[in-house]
Amino acid sequence: MTLKVLLPLACLLASTACQAGSRIIATGGASSIEGSAGGGIVPWAVLNGYASSDEWGATAFASQVGVDDFTLKVQGASVSYDNRWEWSFARQSFKLDTLGGQLRQDVFGMKYHLAGELLYTALPQFSLGLQYKKQRDFALPQAVGAHNDSGLDFYLAASKVLFNQVAGRNVLLNATLRATRANQTGLLGFGTAGDNSYQFVFEGSAVVLLNYNLALGVEFKQKPNQLAFANEQHWRDIFAAWFVNKHLSLVAGFADLGSIAGLDQQQGYYLSVEGAW
Amino acid sequence: MSFSTKLTVILLSALLLSGCSQTNSPSLYQQLGGAAGIEAITDGLLHEIEHDHRIVHHFADTDIARFRRLLAEQLCDLSGGPCVYSGGTMQQSHTGFNISLADYDALVEGLIKVMQQQNISISAQNQLLALLAPMYKDISYR
Repeated sequence: MTLKVLLPLACLLASTACQAGSRIIATGGASSIEGSAGGGIVPWAVLNGYASSDEWGATAFASQVGVDDFTLKVQGASVSYDNRWEWSFARQSFKLDTLGGQLRQDVFGMKYHLAGELLYTALPQFSLGLQYKKQRDFALPQAVGAHNDSGLDFYLAASKVLFNQVAGRNVLLNATLRATRANQTGLLGFGTAGDNSYQFVFEGSAVVLLNYNLALGVEFKQKPNQLAFANEQHWRDIFAAWFVNKHLSLVAGFADLGSIAGLDQQQGYYLSVEGAW
Repeated sequence: MSFSTKLTVILLSALLLSGCSQTNSPSLYQQLGGAAGIEAITDGLLHEIEHDHRIVHHFADTDIARFRRLLAEQLCDLSGGPCVYSGGTMQQSHTGFNISLADYDALVEGLIKVMQQQNISISAQNQLLALLAPMYKDISYR
């Protein structure tokens, strides 16, 4: 058991000593801003990295989203086992470029692959996930009405690759149903004084795999709108992903985060780099 | 509305169009290069298996000449070529091997590598993968 825990750590330190897992390139998706395998802003049913049955995998990533008045920086890592379990961590720092200050949040994620295989079964791949989020700068969220400095999100995700769909290319579709109390994904705390109940939101992604290494995608993320002080809107993005090989992938995109803390039309770039072992 | 909505519309249109254009295109068998192409894929895959330490042990007791003939016959049959596969069902021929997901992934990865080397079009590759992928349930963990 100790060996099984230490092996991925050793792989991170000496990547040449370890092969990537057996899963097919690009089937690990990217690292979402919450650390879970997915697109940019939506967690998918796929597991990070390339661990297939009885294999370990690990990833590390850094992402940056720059919109008109805010900059989100994220660093994180994940470990996965048996194409069944994924454990992830992401540290977010959300700079309030115009308002001044920053909001930091940690996200601890766990995902369990319930059924289906992304490529090989008619049934889509289904995974159940949870994300424990802990706000590290709660003074501002509290001042604008957030009830808690931490929260737990639950989600059920379904992902499926359909072969030979668009001009002979494969397509990946993903749908995620999330139960959450987070305001602006937790960056503005959780719940409100008046309403601390969970809300169900839908998130979706559609991706065309141009070949084994390049993909183009769109994403949509529904969000609650609970805090009275300012409007919160749904997020969306479009992205291009380049899976250089099974160890390195890059994502560049355009994100529309709507209105945040009273500042409207927050749009800008999305960049992410991931290493996998 | 936004960029993403437009892109979705374009993707959906392409989806519909690709469905229409299939009728006039050459068969998958032809796209794979006919008998010679399928023979090259078969031999390439045998080479990949032989050099893949993850799965080569499954073939230790295999009659390679027979396996080669039946695999080529099956690929020819599946892709619409002038052959009739004469081997056993996938369930029968894999029982007792306990083929894992990782084994299956390794074989698919080998097949993709060979198809790339043979310069088979992405579309033809995906058509073949679409035919082979569903066999997972009959092949794995038996």
